[in-house]
Amino acid sequence: MQEAACRIDRVEKAFGDNRVLKDITLDLPAGTVTVLMGANGAGKSTLVKILSGVHSKDSGTIRLSGSEFRPETPADAIRAGIVTVHQNINDGVIPDLDVASNLMIDRLAENSYGFLLKRSKLFKAAEDIARRMDLPVNVRRPVSDYSIADRQLIAIARALSHDPKLLILDEPTSSLSASEAERLFSYIERMRAEGVAVLYISHRMSDIRRIADRIVSMRDGEISGVFEGENLDYEGAVNAMLGHRMTDVGIVVPEQGKAVAELSDIRLIPTAKSFSLTLRENEIVVVTGLLGSGKTALAQALFGLHPVHAGSIRLDGQAYRPKSPGEAVARGVFMSPKDRANNAVIRDFDITRNMTVPFLRRYAGLSFVNRGAERAKARDMIDALSIVCQSERDDISTLSGGNQQKVMLARWLAQQCRLLVLDEPFQGVDIRARRDIGHKIRETAGNRATLVMVAELDEALEIADRIIVFSEHAVVAEFRNENVNPNDILTAVAGFAAANQTVQAA
Amino acid sequence: MTLNEKDATVAQEGKPARKDGAQSRNAIDFAIRFGFIGLLVGLVIFFSLAADGFSSPRSAVFIFQSVAITGILALGVTFTLVVGGFDLSIGSVATSSMMLSAYVMVVLEQSAFVAIVACLVMGAVIGFINGVLIVKTKVPDLLATLGMMFLLVGLQRIPTEGRSIATGMTLPDGSTANGTFSPFFLQMGRHRFDLVLENLLPISVVFLLVIGVLVWGFLELTRHGRLMYAIGSNERAASLTGTNVNAYKIVAYMFSGVLASVGGMLLAARLGRGDIASGTNLLLDAVAAALIGFAVLGAAKPNAFGTAMGALFVGILLQGLTMMNAPYYTQDFVKGAVLVVALVFTFSLSGRKAGGH
Repeated sequence: MQEAACRIDRVEKAFGDNRVLKDITLDLPAGTVTVLMGANGAGKSTLVKILSGVHSKDSGTIRLSGSEFRPETPADAIRAGIVTVHQNINDGVIPDLDVASNLMIDRLAENSYGFLLKRSKLFKAAEDIARRMDLPVNVRRPVSDYSIADRQLIAIARALSHDPKLLILDEPTSSLSASEAERLFSYIERMRAEGVAVLYISHRMSDIRRIADRIVSMRDGEISGVFEGENLDYEGAVNAMLGHRMTDVGIVVPEQGKAVAELSDIRLIPTAKSFSLTLRENEIVVVTGLLGSGKTALAQALFGLHPVHAGSIRLDGQAYRPKSPGEAVARGVFMSPKDRANNAVIRDFDITRNMTVPFLRRYAGLSFVNRGAERAKARDMIDALSIVCQSERDDISTLSGGNQQKVMLARWLAQQCRLLVLDEPFQGVDIRARRDIGHKIRETAGNRATLVMVAELDEALEIADRIIVFSEHAVVAEFRNENVNPNDILTAVAGFAAANQTVQAA
Repeated sequence: MTLNEKDATVAQEGKPARKDGAQSRNAIDFAIRFGFIGLLVGLVIFFSLAADGFSSPRSAVFIFQSVAITGILALGVTFTLVVGGFDLSIGSVATSSMMLSAYVMVVLEQSAFVAIVACLVMGAVIGFINGVLIVKTKVPDLLATLGMMFLLVGLQRIPTEGRSIATGMTLPDGSTANGTFSPFFLQMGRHRFDLVLENLLPISVVFLLVIGVLVWGFLELTRHGRLMYAIGSNERAASLTGTNVNAYKIVAYMFSGVLASVGGMLLAARLGRGDIASGTNLLLDAVAAALIGFAVLGAAKPNAFGTAMGALFVGILLQGLTMMNAPYYTQDFVKGAVLVVALVFTFSLSGRKAGGH
C-alpha cells in the first residue's frame, strides 16, 4: 500500500443537534480506488462536502500529502487538489456552453484569468485536455450535442485537468449504460495508475466488484467497516453499511386480519420482473433493499403518483387504480413520503396546520376551518406520539428532526385508513424518536394494512411482521420476522443485487 | 471554549441558553411585528404636522378613495402570491376591463348589467388562461403573465383602433357611438354615502372594505385558503397530501383576474369613459401594496390585511407628498424606495428569525 494522499483524522460535523459525522478517521492512499458505501443519512455526502469545501468541519484535521487542508470554498479544494464530480450531471456541466468553456470553466472563474475571454487560447487549452483524456469530442460544439455519458466524461475530464491528488466520484454511473460505465472505469484505472487517490461512492455491486481496491462502509456517521486485500468481502461491506445490531424489541407476530390490498403480477417498470404481494390487516410489512431498488416506486404507485406498468391492484376486493394522491386518500390509502424536508414539511405552518393539511375537510363546516377542533386534535396527537414542543402552535421549524417526523406521521395517523404506506419513516431521526415512531406504528396497526419502506435492516427488524427484500423493482425474498437470521436477509439484499447487476452488465 | 465544549453546554443547559437568546430575539421580533405599523403611524403624524389640512376626514376619505382601486387589484395579486406565483397582468386586465365596459355600453349600447357580467367573465377567462399556461404548459409565472400583459395592452385597443371610448366618438366604420354609460354604472365610481358628514364615504371604498374582508376570510378562515398557503410554502408536500395543486393555482389566477376586472370597472365608472391613457400606474401600485403587505405584523407571507395596509401606506404617502407640493416625479421614486425597504424588512429580518432557531 502506498502513502496516504489524504488523511482524515477525527473529523466531526454536526448540524444543530444532529451529529452527522462522529470521529471519522480514514486514510485515502494514492493510487487506490476506495469505494465508500452508506445508506441515506449515513453521512457520506457530508464527508464528501467537507472534502470538497462545501461545508466546513467542526473539529479534526484533514491532511493532503502531509500538509493541513482547510478549504473555505469549493475553489480552495480544487486548488489544493481535491476535485469532485457530483452525482447530478446537470450540476457538472452547462449544456448551452461549448465543450471548451465547460472544460475550462473553473479556470475562467479564477480571478487571475483576466477580464476578456481569449477564445483561441481557450480552445487550444481545452483541446489539450481532451487529447490527454482521450475525449472524443469537438470542443467547439455545445455540450448539449453530447450524450449523458459524454457529459459525465467532460465533467470528469475537467476535474482531472487540475492534476488532482484526490478524485471524488459521487455515484458516477447512475445515469450510464454498461458500456458507457466501462469507458469511465478505464479512465479511473488510468488515474489510479498515475497515483491519484480515488474516492468512489456507489451502491452498484457491479461497479464495486469492477473497480474497488478497498471498501469503506459508513453508518450513522461512523466508519462501520473497512475491507481491503485480495478477496474483498462484499457481503461484509453491505452488512456493515446496513447494520443489524440486534435490538431489544421483541416482535410477536400477531394474528393477521383479512386481506386489504392484493397486488397481482405487478411490474413497476417495463424492464422489471413481475411480483405479487398481499397486504393484510394487523400486519406490518417492511420492504427493504438497496438504494434504487424500487421501494419508493412501489410506494408512489400505491399512492397514485404514477401508474404501475403492468398488473392489477385490488383494495378490499375492488379494483384500485389511483390517478392522483387525492384519489388514493379518498380510497383510504395514505402515504408519508421520504425526504420530509422536500416532500412533507410545510415550513410556513405551525405544528397544528402541518398535521391537518390532508384532512382539513374534517375540521371544516362550509369550508370554514374550526380552529378549536383542529388544535384539540393536534394536542391529542402530540400526546399520543410524545412530540416534544412548547405548544401545538409552535412553528414546525423549531422542532428537531425526530419530532418533525412525528408530526408528519401524526398527519396520517390522525384519520383511519385502509393501507398506510410509510417511505423511510426513520430518515434523519434519532434513536429515541425512532423507537417512539416504531411503537406507534405497531400499536395502531390493528385495523389497517401497513407497508413500510426502509433501507436499514435493523429498522426493519424493529417493526416488521414480515420483511420483503426488493431488488430491481421486484420482490426477491420474503421473511417472517420470527427467529429470522439477519444474515439471510443481508445475503438477499446484497446477493441478489449483485446477481442482477451482473446480468444487466452482460 | 472550543466549539465542541460550547455545543456540550448548550446541550446540557438547553433551556436556559434558549431563554437568554429569546430576549434579544424578542426585541427583533417586536421590531418585525410592529415596525411597519409604527412607520405608518409616524407617517400620519408627520404629514398632519407638515401638511395643512392632511388630518381631516375629507383628506382621509380622499386617501381611501385613491387606494380603493389599487387595493382591490393588490388583493387579487395576493392570491397569486399565496400560491407561490405572481401576476403581472393585473394592470392590463384592469384597463382591458375598463375599455370593455365602455365598449359594451357606449358602442354596443347594452345595459350596465351586461357590461359588468362581460368584464367579470373576461377577468375570469384571462385568469384561467394564465393559470393553464403556468400549471399545464409550465411557462414560468412571471413570463406567462408578462406575455399576457403585453397581449392585453394591444388587444384592448384593437376594437377602437387605439382611441379612447366616449359617447359621441367616431367609430372605425365612420358611424358615431350613441350609447352612454348607464347612470347605475357611473354610481359605482361616483356615489358617496353620508357618514357623519354629508357625502363622505365613496362607494369604491365600500367595495374595497367588503372585498378585503371577503379575501381575508377566505384566506385565513377557510380550508381552501389554508391549502393555498400550503401550496405556496411547499408545493410538493401539498400535492403529496392529496391536494389538487393545479386546480388551486388556476383558481388563484382566476381570482386575480376577476378582482383586477372589478378594479377596472370602478376606474371606468369614475372616469365615465374608456380612457386608454389611464391605469398605467395600477400594476406598480398594486404589486407594491401586496409586497409591502408581507412586512405588516411580521407575517413574512402574503396576506389580505397586510395588503390592505400596504395599499393604505402607499396612499397616505402619496397624498401627503402631494399636499406638501412634492413634484409628481418624486412620487414614483418614493414608492420604489418604500417597496425596497419593506422587502428588506420581510426577507432579511424575518429570514434571521426563521434561521436562528
